[in-house]
Amino acid sequence: MTLKKTLQIISIALFVPLESTLAGADSIIVQSSTSTKNSGLYDHILPIVKEETGITVNVVAVGTGQAIKNAQRCDGDVLLVHAKSSEEKFVAQGYGVKRSDLMYNDFIIVGPNNDPAGIHGSKNVSKSLSVIATQRALFVSRGDDSGTHKAELRLWQASGADPAGASGSWYLETGSGMGATLNIAVGMGAYAMTDRSTWMKFGNKGDFKIHVEGDSRLFNQYGVILVNPTKCPNVKTAAGQRFIDWLLSDRGQISIGSYQVNGNQLFFPNAK
Amino acid sequence: MLDSSFLDALGLIATANADLYEILWLSVQVSITALLVSVILGFPLGTTLAISDFRGKHVCTTVLNALMGLPPVVVGLLVYLALSRTGPFGVLGLLYTPTAMVIAQVVLITPIIAALTYQVMDDLHREYRELFFSLNIQLPKAVSAYLWDARYSLITTLLAGFGRAISEVGAVMIVGGNIDHLTRVMTTAIALETSKGELAIALALGVVLLALALIVNGLVTAVRTRASRYGYT
Repeated sequence: MTLKKTLQIISIALFVPLESTLAGADSIIVQSSTSTKNSGLYDHILPIVKEETGITVNVVAVGTGQAIKNAQRCDGDVLLVHAKSSEEKFVAQGYGVKRSDLMYNDFIIVGPNNDPAGIHGSKNVSKSLSVIATQRALFVSRGDDSGTHKAELRLWQASGADPAGASGSWYLETGSGMGATLNIAVGMGAYAMTDRSTWMKFGNKGDFKIHVEGDSRLFNQYGVILVNPTKCPNVKTAAGQRFIDWLLSDRGQISIGSYQVNGNQLFFPNAK
Repeated sequence: MLDSSFLDALGLIATANADLYEILWLSVQVSITALLVSVILGFPLGTTLAISDFRGKHVCTTVLNALMGLPPVVVGLLVYLALSRTGPFGVLGLLYTPTAMVIAQVVLITPIIAALTYQVMDDLHREYRELFFSLNIQLPKAVSAYLWDARYSLITTLLAGFGRAISEVGAVMIVGGNIDHLTRVMTTAIALETSKGELAIALALGVVLLALALIVNGLVTAVRTRASRYGYT
C-alpha cells in the first residue's frame, strides 16, 4: 500500500503540469457505446459543445454493457448508450438521475456480396436470421453485452433459432467492439448485425453490402443519463447536466442531425 | 496492405498534424516516466536480491521471473479496480488520466527491470564476491563496482523495459480510456483506427511507432558506442 502511494505521489509530481491543463473543472467523462465514437459523431459535435458551453467532453467508448458497469462504479459523469431496458434499470436502481431519449438510427445485417444464405432484400429480420441458422451460414456476433449484442439476442429469440448452441461452429462470438467484429466478419465472409452509422463510416468493407434493413424491429434508440450525484459524489453535476441539456436542446438536436457521411445522415434526433 | 492507400496514409502522417504529435508525445512521456519509476524500484530490488542470501530466495527469484510475463490486460484490470471511484484509491481521481497509465506500466515493467538486473548482478556477484571479500572491500563499494561494470547490460535492461512500455496496449486502454486529447497514445490510436476499419492509417501509425522505437534504440546505441570508446582510453 505504501509502495503504491509512493508511486502515485511520484507520478502525480511528474504529471501535475500536464493534467492541470487538460482535466479542468469544466471537463466531464462520458461513458459511451462504441457506435457513437466509431461513426465519428463525437468528432462532429464535441467541438460545437466546447464552443457553445465551454465544456470539454472526454469520451470513454467501451460498449453499452461495460459503459453501464463503469458508470455504476462512478467512473463517469454522463452515460450515453443504446439499450433502453438496461438504461431504465440503471435509473431505477438509483445509479442515474433520469433517462432521456436522445436520437435513433437503425441496425442492419451486412454480409458478403455472394449472399450464401440468400437473404438479400428481405425486410423480415427474424425470418432472415432463421434462414441463416438453418443454412448454418457463418454469422459473427459481438458477444460482449453491448447494446448491439443485446438487440441481436432479442432478434434471435424472436426468430426461434438458438445460436448459442452453435457458438464456435457457424455462430461466432468475438467479444469485441463493433469495428473489430466487422473486420472479422469481412475477413471470414460472415454475416453480422451492425448499427448503420458504424457501417457507413467503416473503412474496411471489402465486397460486403447491406442485405437486411427496414424492419421496424431493427430500430435503435440512444439515451442519455446523468450519473446520480447522491450515489457518486464525484459526479460533476453542473457540467454534466449542462452537456445533457445542450444535447436535448434545439441546437444540440440540429447538430446531431446535421452529421453526415457521404451525404447520408447517420443519427436522427428525437428528444422530447 | 502495402498498396497506394497505405502510402497515402503514410504521406498524410509524414505531413503530420498537431494531433499526431500530441499522441506521440504523450506515448513517450508516459513510457519514459514509467521507465524512470520502474528503474528507481527495479534496480535496488534486483541488486538487493542478487547480493543477499536468505531462505526463500529461490522462490522470490522464480516469482520475479514469472512476473515478467504479466498479462497487460490483467494489470490494466487490477489498476482499474484500484483507481476506480469506488476502489481503494478512487478518491485520488486518477482513473482516465496519464498518471493511471504510468501506474499500469510501472506494474508491468518493474518486474522486467528487477529480474534482468538481478540476473546481471547475480552473475557478477558470483564471480567477484570472494575476491572482494579477500581484499576486504565492503559490500556498498562492491555494488558500485558491479553497477559500473554492468552499465551496458543495464542499458539493455532499460531498453527492454521501454520497449514493453511503449508497445503495450491492453493496460493503457483500460485505465486510460483512449480519450482524445487526454489519454490517447500511439497503441490505443492504432487500435481505434483498426476498429474503424481504417487499416491503412492504423498501419501507418504502426510504422511511426516502430520508427520511434528505432530512434530511441539508435540513440542509446550511439551513446553506448561513444562511452565505450572513451572507456578504453
